[in-house]
Amino acid sequence: MASDTGHLLEIRGLRIEGESDGQWSTLLHGVDLTLRRGEVLGLVGESGAGKSTLGLAALGHIRPGCRITGGSVRFDGIDLLALPESDRLKLRGSRISYVAQSAAASFNPAHALLPQTVETAVQHRLMPLQTARQVAVAQYRRLQLPKPDTIGTRYPHQVSGGQLQRVMTAMAMHCGPDLIVFDEPTTALDVTTQVEVLAAIREAVEARGTAAIYITHDLAVVAQMAHRIMVMRHGSLVEEAPTSAILAAPQEEYTRSLWAVRELVKPDQPSAAAPLMTIEGLDFSYGRNGAKALEGITLTIPRGRTLAVVGESGSGKSTLGRVIAGLNVPTAGRITLDGQSLPPALRLRSRDLRRRIQLVHQSADTALNPRQTVAELIARPLELFHRLRGRATAARVNELLDMIELGPRYADRLPSELSGGQKQRVNIARGLAAGPELMICDEVTSALDQLVQEGILRMLLDLQAQLGISYFFITHDISTVRAIADEVVVMNRGRIVESGPRAEVLSPPHHPYTELLLGSTPEMRPDWLTDVLAARKAGQQAES
Amino acid sequence: MQNNSQGAPAVSRRRRSLSIASASLAARIGMIVVLIYLLVALFAPFLAPFGEAQVASSIPYAPPDGTFLLGTDQLGRDQFSRLIYGARNSMGIALATTLISFTVGGLVGVISAVLGGWVDQLISRLVDVIMAIPQLIFALILLSIAGSSIPNLILIIALLDSTRVFRVSRSVAMNVAAMEFIEAAHLRGERLPWIIRREVLPNIMPTLVAEFGLRFCFAFLTISALSFLGLGIQPPTADWGSMVREASALIAYGNLTLFIPAGAIAVLTISVNLIVDWFLDKASGLRNGQ
Repeated sequence: MASDTGHLLEIRGLRIEGESDGQWSTLLHGVDLTLRRGEVLGLVGESGAGKSTLGLAALGHIRPGCRITGGSVRFDGIDLLALPESDRLKLRGSRISYVAQSAAASFNPAHALLPQTVETAVQHRLMPLQTARQVAVAQYRRLQLPKPDTIGTRYPHQVSGGQLQRVMTAMAMHCGPDLIVFDEPTTALDVTTQVEVLAAIREAVEARGTAAIYITHDLAVVAQMAHRIMVMRHGSLVEEAPTSAILAAPQEEYTRSLWAVRELVKPDQPSAAAPLMTIEGLDFSYGRNGAKALEGITLTIPRGRTLAVVGESGSGKSTLGRVIAGLNVPTAGRITLDGQSLPPALRLRSRDLRRRIQLVHQSADTALNPRQTVAELIARPLELFHRLRGRATAARVNELLDMIELGPRYADRLPSELSGGQKQRVNIARGLAAGPELMICDEVTSALDQLVQEGILRMLLDLQAQLGISYFFITHDISTVRAIADEVVVMNRGRIVESGPRAEVLSPPHHPYTELLLGSTPEMRPDWLTDVLAARKAGQQAES
Repeated sequence: MQNNSQGAPAVSRRRRSLSIASASLAARIGMIVVLIYLLVALFAPFLAPFGEAQVASSIPYAPPDGTFLLGTDQLGRDQFSRLIYGARNSMGIALATTLISFTVGGLVGVISAVLGGWVDQLISRLVDVIMAIPQLIFALILLSIAGSSIPNLILIIALLDSTRVFRVSRSVAMNVAAMEFIEAAHLRGERLPWIIRREVLPNIMPTLVAEFGLRFCFAFLTISALSFLGLGIQPPTADWGSMVREASALIAYGNLTLFIPAGAIAVLTISVNLIVDWFLDKASGLRNGQ
């Protein structure tokens, strides 16, 4: 029997196929996975590697449109796949539970948090309502939620994203399960919030001795959480080893390539590049009497270099990008481009000014019209700004496709026929087609896998070297800043808190907010989270 | 290059087309029925044994026999011939109505969604006012004022229907207008006609085409209802609504001929809906890029 081996979860040779357009393709190629009681296993891989499919299979769940074609899933000696659906339902929530990536999408917005937390226990008649509520409050407290006694009366929209993610963890832990599957629980959060959530999850899991599968694409995060790491790719296992071993000495080349991504650093440029754009005393607020979203912004974008703007969500970095693009009209301040004053509103800017400043949106999924082919998308700025027609357009489109390392054979594709990274390249190519001097890149790599990110960052660096474009690069990720920036501006609550050359901003002494931001970015050392928490505790004690 | 060339499946262009071969059985039946209706409407003069308004028999309300396949009406006209001509009139008017209502309502809806602001508010409230009045009663009032000629009928129903089309096209266009590719078009300095034609319309076409099928059925029913009330298509023009009205008096005497034109309306409505269902299914699949 499986339980004799002491394994809580035992997946053997699991094969899962998925259907799209009437064709079945294999998502998991016979994967093995074992998990002991109280062990935390990290599942790492790019999107499409089969991490989530495997994680859901641990719950005995298969997504609609998928089927199991082989293998077994045993949980505590019970064959989950052979079990009738009604018995599986009983196990889920009570002995196995799941924490999804987007807490906001997983809660019912019409109900308060506490009833949703206790729902499973009450539904399964595991405990009386009164007890269930007390247990829930105890869980809230363990997950370090503020005001644990009353937070349950709030509705999902009334708490922050990080708090909601912790409430969801409380919900998953409510019945004292033996196994929790965490599917990218902190991916959507800001780095400073992520630290708190990671710490809370780790403590709660350790205290209860719960086994967990932690799915993520972020290696530094999984290094903090997992005892053992499994690296997956294309539905197969690449490498599996204890965390410290796999971090210190990865065996497979693919694993090493994942590790190497974080080490991309732009070489230091000789300074003193002429300014392309200067912004002085810029204010912006939404609505006539709204709070200021931007206040007293003064900065210079050097020609042919990259200015990275770093900050958390709500810091105003994207708003600043939109002001420069002319989408938001500032309430005060002035912008000059190449010494000439830039009209604030888009409709006041000439065609040539619109050509010289291009905005590349974060999400290529919504920035590319799904009904236009790659060639049509890239051709439009050529027709509009450069008056190219017919053959000349087609030739230039092919050139641009070569520049973004895709090649002319992609010209006839629709965006839905491209991968995420390819879509983002096309999005960038459309900006390049205009022939801009300044390209505003709004988080263009943040939704992508790390290897793909690296490819795009390298491409942007090459393009800059070839064409001398300046980038106004908006990002929340410090490793992206290292990879692409010459100058850095740190923003918080609509203000610039620190700015200067990259080397200066990223090395001490820091502004306190920069310090917090840098300190919250996970590092690959397994002890990183422990160290950060200890340092913060010491800091708090010193203050009081 | 290596790591981004493998992500996307190579999809050929033809997989995106709406091929009839992929239609479900129900959709195929719908298509065959609609095709038969269209042929009948087109070739009515060749198919009908008697003229549309020709009094062919001296006996009113004659029961079906070898000459008069469905019997005669109150004036001794051949019911079968009138049913065939009715297809032409009813469907022609419904089609004209729907085309006009889609051109007007669809275009105004998209413009309203893309422009937004006070233009959108003004048009939307105006449409609310028209929609607040029950459609059939409004049509009756307008028709009794303007007189019930066929052009009037088409224009009035088209106007009333276009408010519904406006609502649908505005709401789907709003979703598209919120997309970043519209913002990108604004940033390039594209003009409104280009944005509507190239960026918005291709994305809302599937919904609009499906809606077209449904509205076509409704227009049909509205005309039939108006004819039934005596303000629609005027005698001696044959249409199915008036045929139902004329035969309705007979139901008290156990004569069930009214079910023949009524059935013709019902079968067409169902068939069009079968096609629309299939199209919607297919189009949502296309939109998701599958």
